[in-house]
Amino acid sequence: MGAVKLLFVVQRPPYKSENPRLALTHAIASQTAEIYMDDGDSVVPTVVFVGDGVLNAVKNQNAMKVYGVTSTENHIKSSLMIDMPVWVCKEDMARLGLKEDQIITDAEDMGAELKTTFVSYADIQKEMEAVKHLLFF
Amino acid sequence: MGELTLGVFPSLVGSMSLDFAFKLAEAGMAKGHKVNMWLSGNAVMMAKKGQKAFKDYSHNEKKMKELIGKGMEITVCEACAEARGYHKEDTPEGMKRASMDWYLAKTVKTDRLLHIGGE
Repeated sequence: MGAVKLLFVVQRPPYKSENPRLALTHAIASQTAEIYMDDGDSVVPTVVFVGDGVLNAVKNQNAMKVYGVTSTENHIKSSLMIDMPVWVCKEDMARLGLKEDQIITDAEDMGAELKTTFVSYADIQKEMEAVKHLLFF
Repeated sequence: MGELTLGVFPSLVGSMSLDFAFKLAEAGMAKGHKVNMWLSGNAVMMAKKGQKAFKDYSHNEKKMKELIGKGMEITVCEACAEARGYHKEDTPEGMKRASMDWYLAKTVKTDRLLHIGGE
């Protein structure tokens, strides 16, 4: 079967529901999925934040201080650290008045080289057509 | 025949999405397809034994056991369950518990994945 591409589409805002966290934890679980797969098979996830879901990518979150739980920011940085692409929809950022400098763009503090990618609706549509499975959160 | 995997996240009580997932699974199996179900997030409570049937609430335990008996593979997210105080000894017979990578691995071989999101 080889590598199977998955697109996790996160449309819910953070901390209002479990959905964004579940999207990220499931996507990160791709790192250990091989224990259930045949040799040579793998899953290759991309996470994209759209709609109100782009709010998940706002930096300087204080979830640990306020709620006593790990932040969505921490999960996004962990995703970058394992070289999992993280995309944020440019049009939805503009709709919410968000600038690129307000968004988590890297996880250099965790040693990650990969950076967040700002994408258009057209880019997302193209990826939705390219992947084997879509997972909406 | 094909293989269908359902990723199911809605709560046991509160919406009819979980009911829909079981009806779809049953229809798929009736057509001869292999059906897998992943219960995660609030949906893990579906997999807790000892539920009491009330007329006012959805009750799918009987259907779930029937489908397991016919060969449907149901696996529950272990971390989601433990976070809700639902432990291994609470799991109905025939049901598995695993980490999220089980679901990710299923996406490789399954012909269709239907992800039924939570609230």
